[in-house]
Order: sequence, then structure tokens, then C-alpha cells
Amino acid sequence: MSYDCAVSVRVPDSLEELVTGLAADPGCELLAGGTDLMVEINFGRRRPASIMSLSRVTELKGWSEDAATGELVLGGALTYTEMLQPDLAGRLPALAQAARTVGSPQIRNAGTLGGNLATASPAGDTLPVLVALDAVVVVESADGRREVPVGDFVTGAKRTALRPHDVVHSVRVPTRRTRQEFLKVGTRNAMVIAVCSAAVVVDLDSCSVRVALGSVGPVPLRAHEAEELAGEVLDWDAGGVLAGDAHRDGALERFAGLVSAASRPIDDHRSTAAYRRHAVGVCARRALERVAA
Amino acid sequence: MTTAGRADQPDQPDQPDQPDQPDQADQPDQCSYTLSVNGQEHELRGAWMGESLLYVLRNRLGLPGAKNACEQGECGSCSVLVDGELVCSCLVLAATAGGREIVTVEGLGAGERFTDVQVAFTETGAVQCGFCTPGLIVTVHDLLERNPRPSELEIREAISGNLCRCTGYGRILEAVETVRDARLAAASRAAPVAAGATRQEGAG
Repeated sequence: MSYDCAVSVRVPDSLEELVTGLAADPGCELLAGGTDLMVEINFGRRRPASIMSLSRVTELKGWSEDAATGELVLGGALTYTEMLQPDLAGRLPALAQAARTVGSPQIRNAGTLGGNLATASPAGDTLPVLVALDAVVVVESADGRREVPVGDFVTGAKRTALRPHDVVHSVRVPTRRTRQEFLKVGTRNAMVIAVCSAAVVVDLDSCSVRVALGSVGPVPLRAHEAEELAGEVLDWDAGGVLAGDAHRDGALERFAGLVSAASRPIDDHRSTAAYRRHAVGVCARRALERVAA
Repeated sequence: MTTAGRADQPDQPDQPDQPDQPDQADQPDQCSYTLSVNGQEHELRGAWMGESLLYVLRNRLGLPGAKNACEQGECGSCSVLVDGELVCSCLVLAATAGGREIVTVEGLGAGERFTDVQVAFTETGAVQCGFCTPGLIVTVHDLLERNPRPSELEIREAISGNLCRCTGYGRILEAVETVRDARLAAASRAAPVAAGATRQEGAG
């Protein structure tokens, strides 16, 4: 048996070293939490020639608030466990809720936001949340830095706008007054890949609602017609809440139907398309009820 | 930049039996790096650089406590602490773990002595086939370090990444609650003494 297995492993200490190394070796695999790449290596599905670990690049870690714009800047190496810490979870509750449904404590300690984006699985749990939050991905390379809206960053199932020598530097989340929720359906409560998910953000600054769906299409999908309906139904003068009138239940039903109609699910080993289409509507309706009740 | 250096004369102390791994005899990427495991430094030479920490612990360092079941982070039986963080060692690339402090189940007790968590597991019957046990022991130590007073739901969430197919978890929960209660009782017995000592210091 022959193997093509020569592999060099590098652990750069800074962002500059990382992007310089990537420019010189654009075929290099980036290793963050290892929850995807190491599985491929362990099972012999991938034999990268070179690997660079992000574990010591401090510029990618943690999160901060941009003093100039007030935006939240989430590092590419931010872990799911860090998303769950009260400081950040209080600011981005939907992201924390999504992080809490990822894997197990072990996986949440290792897996990162940048990894979720770069892997771009249709079932990536943070992706619909980032879309609903209107977030922007900051991509770094030896050429410089550029910003890509999350919706444009994920271009297909496991496909992204990243070039071979790019790395996800951070994610910028605009600071607005919002109420937000994320719901996910799976076969159990832990260690489960989403059958479908929905993120709902009620934006009190723009008097609008954003709804993004996960695992019901190759990329996270916005449900624009459902958003418009929700925007009309909510009483913005009363703080973006659902009016408790006789039309409420009918409006929520129509909202769920429009969400289902916006989904583009497939049958696979995890679920049928028909169930996904139904369940994603239920998730979004419940999420809206929770944040606008 | 830390680059795991290439050994001049890579020695081949053993040829571990892992069919999934490439044949290591004639490959050019045999390098050396150092791992700190349970407070001891280990020089790894002649290792294939794509090896997981789990593989290195078990097959190169002779530490079989972390168990190999799924190799994809699903079962938790390979759980270890890396710089104090609970992780699946199958998902850590060993060659990137130089300079980090690794603790396995073998490093939790004092020598051959069982920890309170291990004693509680054996006494409550939380160990059946035993395969998941080392991973659970590491996880429960981590939980009680971070949260000395976990509720039953918090315990369930904390051990949700450790699959047990024998016990149904009832006795595992009982074991964790036993240790939690014993530690809290010991702490409350110790507290008045400590408070008294502080007062004495103040008076002095």
C-alpha cells in the first residue's frame, strides 16, 4: 500500500506569520478546533501536504467592541464555549443559543466561529444567526483585508468566497437594538446535526424583522416574504410586539407558511424534505412568538 | 514560528498497529516534537505528523486511559484536558500540542490512589463495561472544578458528550451528585475554621 502522506505542521505565533505562510503555501490546510479536519484525517479521507494551526494566533481570539462603530468584533478563533459566556451571550443571545446546540462541551471548547464559516456546512448552526444579524465576515490575506457580508460569503454547500490564501479574521456584527432567537430541530438535544434551524431577529432600530433558515438549503436562506409580513404585523409603536388581537393566530400561521415556502430542503439520511419544510416553519413561528410576545 | 523539527535520525521504537495510518517506515515526514503529559515531558520522534493526540497517548506514550471509539468527537471516551480545557483528544493534532499542558485520566489521581470521582463511580455502580468511564471521569472532574454545585440538568448537559451504552446514566448521575454533595459538605465543615483563622489573623 502506498500513501502520499508527507505533511508539514506549522504553528504560527502571529497573524502576519500566518498570512505570509499562507501566501507562500496556498494549498495549506488551516486547522482551528479540528472538529472537521481531524475527522477527515483520522478516517484517511484527506491527507493534506501541509497544515497550519491557528492555535497561537492571538489576533484571532476572543471578541471586542469596536469603539468607533460600536460593532461587535468576533474573532475567527472564538469558540462556541466563549459564545456562551454571559458577557457575549447577553449581547448576542441567538448566537449563544445556537452555540449551545453545537456538539457537546468538548466540541464547544474546540470548535470556532471561523471554522463554522470556512467549513460552510449547510447545517452550520451559527450561519443562519449571522445572516439574521446582518453580520460581515472580515477576510485576511497577504493582499490585505476585505469584508464580505455573510450571505455572500457562503456561496454553496461547503463552498465559500475564501481564496486558498485567505483566513477568516473576524466577524463584525452591527450593534442595533434587537430581540433575537434561534431554534433548531434534531433527533436529540446534544451531539446532533441540525435537521433544520431558524434565526429570528426583531430589529427595533429599523422596525424590521430578519429571518434566516439553516439546513433547508445549500446555504442559509432568508425568508423575505415572511419578514415583510412580520414587519407589518408587529406593533412597532408598542416596541415591536405582536398585537394580541383576533388576527394574531392567523398572522402567525401565514408567517410559518411563508417561511416553509422559502425553504429549499432535500431528502437525506437525516430527514425528509417534507418534514424539514414543515418543521422550519414551526421553528420560525415559535421564535417570533418568543421574541415578540 | 514553531515548526516541529525533523529528526536527523528518526528512530522507530515501535510500529504501532493502526491500519488507518500510513506506513511510517520510509516516509520523509518523520519529525520530532515534545508533549507535556501529566506533568512529564515526552519527546516524540519518528512520529507521523498527522497523528491525533489520542493515537500518540495510547500507542506512543503507553497511556491507554483515553479510549478510542469513534475518532470523530462523538463519543467522548477519549476526553482529556488541554491547558485546562476539556477536549476530545482524537480531534487534537498531536504535533500542534507542544507547549500545552495535557492531563489524561492517568494524571488526575495521586499515583495509584483513586480520586473521589473514581471512588463514587465504583461505589454507585456507574461502571459497567467501563469503556466510557475514563472519559466520564475526566469530564466530571472538569465539571466540578468549574461548577461545584451543578443541578441535575447541568450535570446532564455537562456529560452529554460522553456516550454510555450500559448504564442508562442513572448511576452516573448518582455518582456525580454523591461527589458534589460530599465536596460541598466538606467545604462547609472547613469554612468556619477558615473564617476563624482569618479573624485571628485580623486580631493579631
